[in-house]
Amino acid sequence: MNTKYNSIRLDYRIILDLIPEGSSVLDLGCGTGELLYLLIKEKKVKGQGIEIDEKAIYMCVEKGLSVLHWDLDSGLSEYKDKSFDYVILNQTIQELKKPEIVLKESLRVGRKAIVSFPNFACYQARFQIFFKGRTPVTPSLPYRWYDTPNLHFLSISDFIEYCRERDIEIEKALFIGKSKRVILFPNLLSQVGIFIIRNRDKS
Amino acid sequence: MNEDGKSVGIVETQYFVFAHPPDELILESGKKIGPVTLAYETYGKLNAQKSNAILICHALSGDAHAAGFHQGEQKPGWWDDMIGPGKAFDTDKYFVICSNVLGGCKGSTGPSSINPKTGRHYGLDFPAITIGDMVNAQRYLVDYLGINCLLSVAGGSMGGMQVLEWLVSYPDRIRSAIPIATAIRHSPQQIAFNEVGRQAIMSDPDWKGGYYYGGPLPAKGLALARMIGHITYMSDISMEKKFSRRIKNGDSKDDTKFEVEEYLHYRGNSFVKRFDANSYLYITRAMDYFDAARGKFLWDVFKKNINVKVLVIAFKSDWLYPAYQSKEIVKACKIAGLDATYCEIDSTYGHDAFLLETEEQTHLIKHFLEKVKKGETTDEYEI
Repeated sequence: MNTKYNSIRLDYRIILDLIPEGSSVLDLGCGTGELLYLLIKEKKVKGQGIEIDEKAIYMCVEKGLSVLHWDLDSGLSEYKDKSFDYVILNQTIQELKKPEIVLKESLRVGRKAIVSFPNFACYQARFQIFFKGRTPVTPSLPYRWYDTPNLHFLSISDFIEYCRERDIEIEKALFIGKSKRVILFPNLLSQVGIFIIRNRDKS
Repeated sequence: MNEDGKSVGIVETQYFVFAHPPDELILESGKKIGPVTLAYETYGKLNAQKSNAILICHALSGDAHAAGFHQGEQKPGWWDDMIGPGKAFDTDKYFVICSNVLGGCKGSTGPSSINPKTGRHYGLDFPAITIGDMVNAQRYLVDYLGINCLLSVAGGSMGGMQVLEWLVSYPDRIRSAIPIATAIRHSPQQIAFNEVGRQAIMSDPDWKGGYYYGGPLPAKGLALARMIGHITYMSDISMEKKFSRRIKNGDSKDDTKFEVEEYLHYRGNSFVKRFDANSYLYITRAMDYFDAARGKFLWDVFKKNINVKVLVIAFKSDWLYPAYQSKEIVKACKIAGLDATYCEIDSTYGHDAFLLETEEQTHLIKHFLEKVKKGETTDEYEI
């Protein structure tokens, strides 16, 4: 493992480890394309990104990525079922207008989906609400109420509950604290949750 | 014109003549035409492997002179901002070809050419041509230049239609395609504007059923067609910025005119000097009849397992070729599993943006071509 690989963001590193070499990947809300670029370089994936921000598109193209300037909320309907091995929603769902539709579609067009989001129930957020009566500002939720791109606030427990209700299988769940992995009490201690999910085989 | 002042310098139009009888060019209609001349220009050097060639396709009123300067002329080619050393289509790296379309009037065989059978101008005896015929003729030129596979084929508006035609008909002859501000097929609105232009020409008494050569030109009709065209190429905002309600004073007080009127008259009249009215009729017809998807869905007509990278570009204020039409192309790529990149550039220039928004297009095209050339992502990019 080279030094560049070690210096990258922890969530990127975790996702890099989760995805097998040579997979096909659709990165929804790929931003400026750092993760997708790393996946192509380190894991030789066949990658496609979708991103709504025009400036971010230019930075993706600069990296040689294939990226579509598209609104995720308008759906992924063109893609056939299981078009990709993995659909990535890295820090994306909380910013979508219709997260449920995009999640459903992700599980349709991908064999598996990797979903990561900031945990609204981490202890710092709880502390700020409970004792200060303030909308929380934490490392994973760094925005104030008036400038946040986040439209939805969910916790690790919320997401686990959601998957259970909809019969979505959680294949793996990983949690990140301030700077390292969290094993115990993830809903309290983790800043970010990363899940590998898929639709249960109907048989 | 361009910021760094780099240019391909003095260039000369060349002529490729083919399809000599009895081996005439067979058109989509089944009719034959020959010999056929294609006017073309090239910039940069073809490498030894002949793998660095890019074909540029021009729009309705364009020509083979895409970059550089003709001897003694001040005005550069129509896409000079994009083609040249260090530019989007970098002539230090790529061999760039641009030819005037079949049916055109800037050196290629068209209705104003002499019909070898009669010794007179073709006029309306010129057979109907299609975008497919234009591209087929370009393919002959590419063969003649000894190029088996183009690194890319790129163009805006009608040029983009030709790009789509290459993608559908000859995907094994191209490694990438860059359709810009274009459509799989014309909408009724687009056909309607073209029809008004055609009617303007044909209702000019000097048009004389298309056989006006040697006499006065149907100048009023053609100028009017061009004026309508120019309105559709701009946007509400770009017209406001360019003209607002400013007045240009004429000789007398009664002669005051809005600047926008002056501009349209000027554009119309200068067009008459450089363009043939019958070519306008034939080419707009070819655009209107064009349907890259042949009445089906575009993904249905893509050949199997084609390995062409596609960069689709649209412009936000373009209401003549709205972004949704470009998105249709992208959707087809998604369904067919083609490697696609799409960007809707935030421009206020309307359809003209593909000629004017140099910086953004350069950024996209330059890096895209780099990827196509290498066959993968950028080698070393510091995160």
